[in-house]
Amino acid sequence: MPGAIYAEGLVKTFGDVKALGGVDLDVPEGTVLGLLGPNGAGKTTAVRVLTTLLKPDSGSAVVAGIDVLKHPNEVRRHIGLSGQFAAVDEYLTGRENIQMVGQLYQMSAKAARARADELLERFNLTEAANRPSKTYSGGMRRRLDLAAALVVSPPVMFMDEPTTGLDPRNRQQLWEVIQELVAGGTTLLLTTQYLEEADHLAHDICVIDHGKVIARGTSDQLKAQTGGERVEVVVHERDRIADAARALTGFGKGDAKIEEHQRKITVPVTGGAKLLAEVIRELDTQGIEIDDIGLRRPTLDDVFISLTGHAAEQDKDTDEESETTAGQGAGSRKEAVK
Amino acid sequence: MSAATDVMTTKAPKGVGGVVQSARDSLVVAKRNLLRMMRIPEVVIFGLVQPIMFVVLFSYVFGGSVSVGGSLSASDYREFLMGGIFAQTVTFATAGAGAGIADDMNKGLIDRFRSLPMARGAVLTGRTLADSVQTALTVVVLAVVGLLVGWRVHNGIPKMLGAFALLLLLGYAFSWIGALIGLSVRTPEAATSGGLVWLFPVTFVSNAFVDSSNLPGWLQPVADWNPFSATVQACRVLFGNPGVSPSGAWPMEHPVWASLAWSVVIIVVFRTWAVSKYRSATA
Ligand SMILES: Nc1ncnc2c1ncn2[C@@H]1O[C@H](COP(=O)(O)OP(=O)(O)OP(=O)(O)O)[C@@H](O)[C@H]1O
Ligand SMILES: [Mg+2]
Repeated sequence: MPGAIYAEGLVKTFGDVKALGGVDLDVPEGTVLGLLGPNGAGKTTAVRVLTTLLKPDSGSAVVAGIDVLKHPNEVRRHIGLSGQFAAVDEYLTGRENIQMVGQLYQMSAKAARARADELLERFNLTEAANRPSKTYSGGMRRRLDLAAALVVSPPVMFMDEPTTGLDPRNRQQLWEVIQELVAGGTTLLLTTQYLEEADHLAHDICVIDHGKVIARGTSDQLKAQTGGERVEVVVHERDRIADAARALTGFGKGDAKIEEHQRKITVPVTGGAKLLAEVIRELDTQGIEIDDIGLRRPTLDDVFISLTGHAAEQDKDTDEESETTAGQGAGSRKEAVK
Repeated sequence: MSAATDVMTTKAPKGVGGVVQSARDSLVVAKRNLLRMMRIPEVVIFGLVQPIMFVVLFSYVFGGSVSVGGSLSASDYREFLMGGIFAQTVTFATAGAGAGIADDMNKGLIDRFRSLPMARGAVLTGRTLADSVQTALTVVVLAVVGLLVGWRVHNGIPKMLGAFALLLLLGYAFSWIGALIGLSVRTPEAATSGGLVWLFPVTFVSNAFVDSSNLPGWLQPVADWNPFSATVQACRVLFGNPGVSPSGAWPMEHPVWASLAWSVVIIVVFRTWAVSKYRSATA
């Protein structure tokens, strides 16, 4: 059975630009799909096709069990959309904006107003509720837009970079809202530039580039594919760096990288937190004092550069190819790609 | 973030569908546009200044030098002029509707509306209805200014109100043309100039400011069949103002019906066109 969001072979071309070059998606009901990709990858285009805003050149899509191309109007009753750029009327107050959207979801004026008050409270906008949204800060406007997208809790939600421009506290709160939505059974497609966010919220991740899906899986799978974790140690005394590096190499899956002036040593590892404990014990045994130690996971940069790097390397000479396959950490792969 | 467990469980009611939902959604959008107008009064005020200037300038500059039905009297020209100014003013709704919709496209609001389960034509209908409110306000102010410069109605209040109704209908029809322009161009600025530029030939190649019998022979049929001329002629007839064109062309003989018919045709054609454009619109 297809999921709550299902797409097959979506193609959309704008002039010479192939924004979508045959994208397949399948998001099981009640789960979150994180759609990642560099600028211009086609994320927004995919969202616009799935939310009935854009007709694809070819391909098909089913949202909430309804064919997007055949019954767009029926689909709209079952979706919520928060686009990449806040879509609020700047001359209307926060409350008026949400109330209007509620009424257009066919709620009564009174119910929509009550709902607006709830959401304003939820998104910390109560104090600004009666001010035209023109006077809002960027993050406030973003929150108002999200609140408007959540007027009804739709079975299927689309959020295009919802946390871009939010401060950490509001980002955290939005994550809570999202988790609550999903706990209530909503299926969510979320695009984001933050792997941390995808990590935190998404069950599955799909990376697209140049309109094509280049990787999909859970965030752990993707990270493993990217080169995995590494241990970073900052040694207290400069003259113990060499000893520490030697000790770390014993645990590592590759060469240790040393940054002298920062007294920092990085080594790719597998084994997670347990391994970290072992490293600490070993360093302690050798009497090497440390200022900082941590398990670093690949960042979105690493995943991107590694994934897009593979594609770029296919037609390069085998020298570099073998260097990459030697299982080096993300850090060194970054250099190989340059 | 407390007591929020039920905050995320509101469901969308099923819309009633059909004409009722369409009317309801249109009113919701119209209310939004009216709120906007109240918060940006400059737009409304400048919308009033222009026709007032036209009345004053035309009546004092051309009054006395343009012949109306063979008379060169300045007061005749002022009475004659008002029908034209009224009609020209209501057609300016085109530019407002176009700019407003282009602006909504740019701000992403059209995308939001298009993703909602609302009646398809409601965003545009709401806009054009709100513009009609502004148009009505403008007509009232113009009437007052007209009275001050010597314009009078001679056939009673009901006929005057009839003329106003025709004017509002014409303005409403033209705002659908504006809506189409707004959906077709990329910026509000382009929609404003695009909405105005073609209005000049339409309003000047007509009976609005000069007696159409003063026009070159080949332009006369154009002016007679100009949708705009029909409303101007209807206003003069209903107001009892001088300068009613003696032309034998059908719209000039039956101006009220011609005005109604033209407006209805424009609404049907441009509403259909604009709504279908709206469905596929992308900013
Ligand atoms: N309306 C349009 N007309 C022409 N080209 C477009 C249009 N919309 C998108 N594109 C092009 O399609 C490609 C994909 O754009 P899209 O907005 O989907 O990217 P994105 O992944 O959302 O990027 P970002 O992270 O910057 O938001 C880009 O090359 C963009 O220039
Ligand atoms: Mg985007």
